[in-house]
Amino acid sequence: MRNAFADEMLSLARQDPRVVLLSADIGNRLFDKLKAEFPDRFYNCGVAEANMIGVAAGLAQSGLRPFCYTITPFITYRCMEQIRVDLCYHHLPVTVVGTGSGLSYASLGGTHHSCEEMGMLRLLPGLTVGGPADAPELRALLRDSLNQNGPVYLRIGKKGEPQMHRDVPALKFGQSIMLREGSDACILSIGTVLPVAMAAAEKLAASGISTQVVTFPTLKPLDEKCLQMVFSSFKVVATLEEHSILGGLGGSVAEWKADHPELNARLVRLGTPDEFLHLTCEQEEAREHYGLTAEGIAGRIYGLIA
Amino acid sequence: MADTDIAQLNKIAAQMRGKVIEMVAASGAAHLASAMSCLDILVAAYWRILKLDASTAAHPLRDRFILSKGHAASALYAVLAERGFFSKDWLESFATHGAPLAEQPAPGCAPGVELATGSLGHGLPVGAGHALAAQIQKHDYQVLVCMSDGECNEGTVWEAAMFAAARKLQNLTVVVDYNKWQATGRSNEVMQLSPLREKWAAFGWKTVEIDGHDIAALIDALDRSKQEAGKPTAIIANTVKGRGVSFMEDDNNWHYRVPKAAEVEAAKKELGLL
Ligand SMILES: Cc1ncc(C[n+]2csc(CCOP(=O)(O)OP(=O)(O)O)c2C)c(N)n1
Ligand SMILES: [Mg+2]
Repeated sequence: MRNAFADEMLSLARQDPRVVLLSADIGNRLFDKLKAEFPDRFYNCGVAEANMIGVAAGLAQSGLRPFCYTITPFITYRCMEQIRVDLCYHHLPVTVVGTGSGLSYASLGGTHHSCEEMGMLRLLPGLTVGGPADAPELRALLRDSLNQNGPVYLRIGKKGEPQMHRDVPALKFGQSIMLREGSDACILSIGTVLPVAMAAAEKLAASGISTQVVTFPTLKPLDEKCLQMVFSSFKVVATLEEHSILGGLGGSVAEWKADHPELNARLVRLGTPDEFLHLTCEQEEAREHYGLTAEGIAGRIYGLIA
Repeated sequence: MADTDIAQLNKIAAQMRGKVIEMVAASGAAHLASAMSCLDILVAAYWRILKLDASTAAHPLRDRFILSKGHAASALYAVLAERGFFSKDWLESFATHGAPLAEQPAPGCAPGVELATGSLGHGLPVGAGHALAAQIQKHDYQVLVCMSDGECNEGTVWEAAMFAAARKLQNLTVVVDYNKWQATGRSNEVMQLSPLREKWAAFGWKTVEIDGHDIAALIDALDRSKQEAGKPTAIIANTVKGRGVSFMEDDNNWHYRVPKAAEVEAAKKELGLL
């Protein structure tokens, strides 16, 4: 995913002279092409993430379109106030991209995990929050970032995520895409955990439960049309995310649902619990630990329907 | 200090480097060169300076050592195991599924690990807190923080520097592992770090600049820092990233690279371990 990010940034830089990329001492060699072609449009800001966000705000106030990139916890938790005051309060068109989000860097320990940041960030007024599932979704959202007149946050994976779309989809912020049709249950999935949702639907089908899968790459603004539709049509709607069930997609949809008591579907939130992960492990093992596997998810949904 | 004594410590440092190379090769963890860069600092501290051992690891009056550059945890683990804080078996399972020792230190993951580090720029503020607590509680323990040069990019480092000087935290010492590299470039090109010693001096610290692989010089500087009245001490330790193995030295590819079996063998030969 990070290679697609670098490649898409290069093409955005070619199309729009306002595009400037900032990174914070990560992505060794990742941006070499962009640097070579546009030496004054890429800046390595060092291990100083908070300053990077402030600099981006200044660039944006001067008419440029900055994109900021580094490891998710450092560009979010560490920069919370810069994002809130410099970007959101001033409603500046800066795109903040966190790489290795969720449990991508499980093995590096809690300092490198980010299972709370979507919840923290979506509270900020005027911030668009997204989590693309794969490289094509990322490209679509990066392109749409340039259509926004306020700040954007994108959480992305690291590398080697399975590609779920053949081509770059016609996707804008606030939209979702149905990837598999079903009639009993529906999974709304945000981010790189999408292949697990597809595999769970396959398993459920084998047990006679027809499951729809929707990729839901924007946490804020929510695709309310989609929510209205799925909560009217299915017995069970599951949210799926590599993020806490508090505050993220599950949290957002639960709040939305509280405002729509007339809709009957049962909501189940699948994600990480309200705790720090203390197990030494890789991403796959972390997902297993939290039941974010095809079996785990199918089991939870099966239990509610059968 | 007797030459034989230093020769012995150098030998221990070489063994620790060999251990770290094995741990990284077995687990596939990154940051080997970062660990090798700071190993002499850790050996000087744990073998000659800190009033701290396995039996006092949780004692309120222990000296504190915080490895703020948490990505070099393999070095800390190797040293703690050698000093008997926990079983050397733990090193074998380093960074594997369910192991006690993660790639970067988790809170309370092992005796002797003071702080979960891995997000750069946290060790000095927390170290200043430990040092201030000693002042408040009238204790005389020392606090030693080992930081990296890229870490000096973080604003929190300089916030802590001003705070520690204002509070006259004479029991606080920072060693900056000044290896001239950070993750994606030279630490004097990514940011203007130099003149590093003068920066710390301007922030009100007693400063000294030494060869960070000269264990005698490290012991001497760390010893003197304890005697310093009224000021915290910053030891600028000039180091070489990947120190000890010719084909790793000053080659920042080893920030991420994992040695293959043949490279492990060549490295151990160079270190005099085979
Ligand atoms: C707050 C924060 N930002 C970014 C990183 C990612 N990161 C890990 S090591 C490193 C820099 C390594 O250079 P340096 O700090 O000089 O340590 P060395 O490896 O040279 O000892 C970076 C940016 C991090 N761990 N923490
Ligand atoms: Mg360095």
